[in-house]
Parts: sequence; structure tokens; C-alpha cells
Amino acid sequence: MTRQEYYDPADLQDFENITEDAPDQGNAFFNYYAKALQAGALSEREKALIALTVAAVRHCPYCIDAYTTKCLSLGVSREEMMEAVHVGASMSAGDVLAHSTQMRKIIEQKEM
Amino acid sequence: MQRQQQLDHLARTPNAEHFRHKLPSPLYARELSILQLNVGKLCPMRCKHCHVEAGPDRTEIMSADTFSACLEVQQRHRIPTLDITGGSPELNPNLEWFISRAAPLTERIILRSNLQLLDREEYKHLLDFFAGNGVELVASLPAYTPKRADKQRAPGSFETCMRVMRELNKRGYADPGSGLALNLVHNPVGAYLPGSQASLEREYRRHLEKEWRVRFNRLFTLTNCPVGRYLEFLIHSGNFEPYMNSLIRSFNPAAVEDLMCRDTLSVAWDGRLYDCDFNQMLDLPVEGRAPSHISDFDLQALRHRRIAVGNHCFSCTAGAGSSCQGALETD
Repeated sequence: MTRQEYYDPADLQDFENITEDAPDQGNAFFNYYAKALQAGALSEREKALIALTVAAVRHCPYCIDAYTTKCLSLGVSREEMMEAVHVGASMSAGDVLAHSTQMRKIIEQKEM
Repeated sequence: MQRQQQLDHLARTPNAEHFRHKLPSPLYARELSILQLNVGKLCPMRCKHCHVEAGPDRTEIMSADTFSACLEVQQRHRIPTLDITGGSPELNPNLEWFISRAAPLTERIILRSNLQLLDREEYKHLLDFFAGNGVELVASLPAYTPKRADKQRAPGSFETCMRVMRELNKRGYADPGSGLALNLVHNPVGAYLPGSQASLEREYRRHLEKEWRVRFNRLFTLTNCPVGRYLEFLIHSGNFEPYMNSLIRSFNPAAVEDLMCRDTLSVAWDGRLYDCDFNQMLDLPVEGRAPSHISDFDLQALRHRRIAVGNHCFSCTAGAGSSCQGALETD
């Protein structure tokens, strides 16, 4: 049997076919996705950087591939992409640390 | 890589039907409005993406006889646009002679340049020569930052471009109303497709005008064609199959209608005729009964010739389409 990986770049070619099983929901998602990512008050470039950051934060290899490529296509530099990922990383660290306030509150409440 | 090896590799693109099967009917030329002359493969640089595989050691260069044959065609038919490319056209010793004779016969003369030589003392007179003859310049500049642009070309090439663009601006290039156009060409520095032309043009303008104080008219995005050095790069970096698949997935039937080969005829350094510069590099000559050399030029036969296609043609039909004049559909 050929070795298979859970994550394979070729999987993405099947993504559009998710509409086969629940077409209404699938098509609604793809329409929404296309609208959300197209240029509006924010440029296509700004949205590609946001998407790349979310992809890294969400640990999605498909999206990291897709949006790194998209950023390259739009002329985004490595430095800009790395800074965007740092925004995601610091926000992730920040939201963990912000939750320590819950911990502190419970400690205050429970300790004598 | 030999031409036949390139064709064989392209024909074996995995999971792909041949380009010709994507077309509703065979592709025919419809008019001849651009005569594109590749005046030689000699070039001071050896860019990693170059489909011509141009470089300092190339010896193929258009002779005075071939230029004369082109001029004779132009005298008879007054084709609206002459598009001069290479290599570096500046390195052809017959270039000035040809342009000065062709200019009165031609509505529009385009010269494609990497601008590098125009920074050297012995070629600087060409800046005034081009301006004096109203030559439209199309300068290749793969990126708006030195780091990325030099990666594809050579160290220092970006800053040389900026110096030459400043000199061209001083002579009126890119000034509104001057009639002197300076357009830029962007092509991706790697195995991906170009983004939207409008978006990239905005970024180029923002960076080049603010940081480098240079002006240009338009930015044309060009999809890299899997031919020559670019094909070798794709194969050696393991990107051939994903790149071809992304071209094929982005196939846009609407782009077929405006493909540049339908209005263009490409003349090689030795006078042989092709449907485009990519077919020229793959040595796929014009098909059928159409004349195959500039000395046998026959407008009627060439105007309605059938166009030779291959899987490399997917690069001109991907997304917004691609041509020597940039994206076929602009947003």
C-alpha cells in the first residue's frame, strides 16, 4: 500500500467538491468566502495578509500554502509576511496570558 | 535543456489533457497588428526565469540582411506595431540603423529592455536616440524591492534600473503628454502566478515613486512560461507538476479570444517565423502552408494561419490571461 499522509497538497483540489454532499451549505460557504476575500474597504493584499495570519494561528497547512502563494503573487515581501505572522503569534500569546486574569481571580477568591 | 526534451516534458504533464483539447476549435490568427522581432539572444545577464536562455555567451544575433527583409515587409504592409525584443536588443549593432528607418513607417515601436546596458557609457546615447524616435520602452522589473528583483537577475541590477529610469524620466519618459511611454513588466520570482495587475501596479507605483523617485506609465504582469531556464527551474525544484496544475486549474476560456498569437507574428534572429516568442524558443514554426521565413513574407497566408499550440500555452490562458502587453483582462 502506498504511504499516505493526512495532509497532502493534492487534497485541496478536492475542496471544491465538498458541495456534492450538502450543496446549499457548500455553495453558500464558497460565495461567502469569495466575497469576504475580494477587495473592498480593505485591499486584496491586506486581506491576503490577514488570511495568512489566521492560517498560521489555526495551524492549517492548506491555507498556509494557499495564502503564502497568494501573498507572493501580490508582491508581498517576506518581511511583511513574517511581521503578519508575529501579529498572530503575539495575539495568541496575549490571549493565553489574558486568561491568566481568570486564574488570578479564582486564586483571590479561594485563597485565605 | 534541448528543445525536444522540453517539448517531451511538457507533453507528459501529469493529470493534464493537452492544451489543444481545451480549445473549442483549432486556433487561427485573425489579423496581423504586431510584428515582434527577436533580434538576438545576447544579453549581459543570465536571468533564472529567461525562456530565451539569453546570456553573455550567446552568439545568435539578427543580421543586417534579416533586418532589411523586415524593413521591406514594413515598407509594403505598414504593420501598426513593431515590437523589438531579445536578449538585450541594445547589443545588436544594427539596432539604431533599423529603428531610424522603421520609425517613419510605423505607428508604434516598442523596445523591450532590462535597462542594464543603458547605464554604461558606451550605450547612454541610446537614451536620447530612443526618445528622439518616440520608441516606447518596456522595461523588465520583476519586483519593486532590490532584494527580490536581484534574486532573479543579478546583484545590483535593481539599482541600475532605478538610475536608468531616472535618466529616462529626465528625457520626458512617463511624463503626461510627452508621448514617451515607459512601461514595466512584472513576472513572478518563483513558481507561482502573478497577482492582479491593478494591485501590483499600485504597489510598484507606491514604492518606486516614494522610495526611488522614478515614474512609469503602466505595469504589465506576465505569467512565466514553462520554457527554457524557467522550465529547468520548475523541474529541478520539484515545482513542475504543481505549477502546471495551477496553470491548468486557472484556465480561462475567455482569455483564448484575445491571445497575443492571434495578432502577432514573431521573427527569430535568423528570419524564421513563429506564432510567438515562446514557440520560437521551442522551435515550433508556423504551421501549414504559411511561409516560414521573413524573406517569403505573404500577408494573406500569414493572416489566417493556424496557430501551433502546446501545453506551454496554458501560461497565456491562466487567470486573467497573459501576453507581452500584460494581463488580457484587467480589473
